[in-house]
Amino acid sequence: MLNKLILNIAKALLLARWRQTLVAAIGVTFGITMFVTLLSFMTGLNKLLDGLILNRTPHIRLFKEIKPNADQPIVTSGLYKNYHHFISSLKSGNARQEIYNADFIMRALKKDNQVLGYSPRITAQVFFNYGTIDINGVVNGVDVEEEMRLFTFRDYVIAGKPEDLKNISNSIILGKGLAEKMQVTIGDIVTVTTSKGDRYALKVAGLFQSGINEVDKVQSYASISTTQKLLSKPGSYITDISVKLKDMSTAPAKAIEYARIFNTDAEDIQTANSQFETGTRVRTIISYAVGITLLIVAGFGIYNILNMMIYEKMDSIAIMKATGFSGSDVKKVFMTISLGIGFFGGLAGLIFGFLLSKGINHIPFNTTALPTVKTFPINYNPVYYIIGISFSLITTYFAGLFPSRKASKVDPVIIIRGK
Amino acid sequence: MNTTILEARHISKNFHDPVTVKVLNDISFSINKGEFVSVIGKSGCGKSTLLYVLSTMDTDYEGELFIDQQLMNGKKEKDLAKVRNEKIGFVFQFHYLLNEFSVLKNVMLPALKLNKFSETEIEKRAKEKLAMLEIEKLAIKKPAQLSGGEKQRVAIARAMINDPVIIMGDEPTGNLDKKNSEIVFGIFQKLSTELHQTFLVVTHDNSFAERTNRIIEMEDGKIIKQ
Repeated sequence: MLNKLILNIAKALLLARWRQTLVAAIGVTFGITMFVTLLSFMTGLNKLLDGLILNRTPHIRLFKEIKPNADQPIVTSGLYKNYHHFISSLKSGNARQEIYNADFIMRALKKDNQVLGYSPRITAQVFFNYGTIDINGVVNGVDVEEEMRLFTFRDYVIAGKPEDLKNISNSIILGKGLAEKMQVTIGDIVTVTTSKGDRYALKVAGLFQSGINEVDKVQSYASISTTQKLLSKPGSYITDISVKLKDMSTAPAKAIEYARIFNTDAEDIQTANSQFETGTRVRTIISYAVGITLLIVAGFGIYNILNMMIYEKMDSIAIMKATGFSGSDVKKVFMTISLGIGFFGGLAGLIFGFLLSKGINHIPFNTTALPTVKTFPINYNPVYYIIGISFSLITTYFAGLFPSRKASKVDPVIIIRGK
Repeated sequence: MNTTILEARHISKNFHDPVTVKVLNDISFSINKGEFVSVIGKSGCGKSTLLYVLSTMDTDYEGELFIDQQLMNGKKEKDLAKVRNEKIGFVFQFHYLLNEFSVLKNVMLPALKLNKFSETEIEKRAKEKLAMLEIEKLAIKKPAQLSGGEKQRVAIARAMINDPVIIMGDEPTGNLDKKNSEIVFGIFQKLSTELHQTFLVVTHDNSFAERTNRIIEMEDGKIIKQ
């Protein structure tokens, strides 16, 4: 009943000055609108840009690095154990690029329930022969089905069917830039020369566009068996295993574990692509900073308006106190006013923010680098809406705190005697 | 009939700014139920200051104050507000009605704060008070639409809504013309004789004071005659 009374008084005071109230509320609405829109848009872009790389990057890549043997004779010799070793002109000797025991590793990965999936790969350096020119290129031997399932391979194939890699023997999917250089299209035959000098004719089954031009100019995809044939290697030859985990954040720990168990090199996504996370974080921080700044400005607006209202309503405060409202009751009235502005202004802000992001989401955004994207991306994450309304309540709370305290300390005697 | 409603014991008060001045000097008196007391004196003699000390709004004084046999000294702000709400009605020189609310709601506010009756009950009581002061037809109007005399009558109704043990007035007729002053005084007198309402009114209008039961005359912070 008392709360209802305080609510009633706050409402009456608010409505009595509805223009000021509206201005204050619009300040909050604008702040929240921009906050929600900015964050939705920024994180939408972040997700898109990160997806560009991260979706296609394995969480852990198992491979065999070409490097000198760590156990050099001098190290194994007990005689020089306490000496520092200087070895010069060390060569990487007799190293094989393939992963030892790939079959065993893949079986072990299948059993690991932290693993979402894995996909074996072979990389082969080749030359694409085009007239008299040899174009440097890379053929990636992949398991097409797994690549589509784990690394959204289908999204990037802009012509032809990725399944054809498996169905048509000796087929290849070329990067768009590479195909343009050679002036070939689906159904044409391209000739590749391997590093050992063998020549093969491959049929173009499709084209892909990754969004990164440099990649499109050199990369191409073929099935595992075709690539093994190119390199004249047996069916067990695998140079890479791409692992996708259920939880990306466990990748660094898992990478260390795999390197130890499988005796291979393992690289996790965080190490390989640390710059992306940094960029994402900076963009998010900027969005939050701008949003909070807008809200603080709105908060000062509310502070001013409440202060003015208190000066205007000095008489009302005095008589309320004289007739039995305590300081805390008066404080509650003004806090209710402030929080009311924050709540309704914030709510309107969420609605406008949603509409504005919807609008941005319909603005055409065509870029050759991103074949799957037609409009600006928006991330409709409810978390931003929750943060938005909480921020608006928190800022208006603090904006109202000092004027309310002032109102609660109004001495009715001074006001009444002053008349 | 001789219950003491208000008792002041040795009340003194100093103003410290800019130099210490004794505004109230050892004031002791008491008011019994049903008395209509007026306080008179020249400007600056401390009569208003005394009223605000007795009203519990001013807590910066020495001495002891009893309202309805309860000691007021040392009470918290919140508790003093409750005492004012429950036991004291105020009528000031200025009406202090809240322009945002209707006349009826203005009268109801202190009772809603007291929260002793339901809202419908309070509304009924507020209408009774307005009817008693013959202004029931103003109930739905806003204070801004009322004349000065009407506003003051609404303020009286508001003072009475919680059936206070005492109504305090600070120059309640100070802003009114002769005719309206008469009406307001008439109301006070009627309440005093018919309902035995206790009044303590500060005034400089001697003709007003002469018609009350008891006159307390002050000079230089002291009671010189009562």
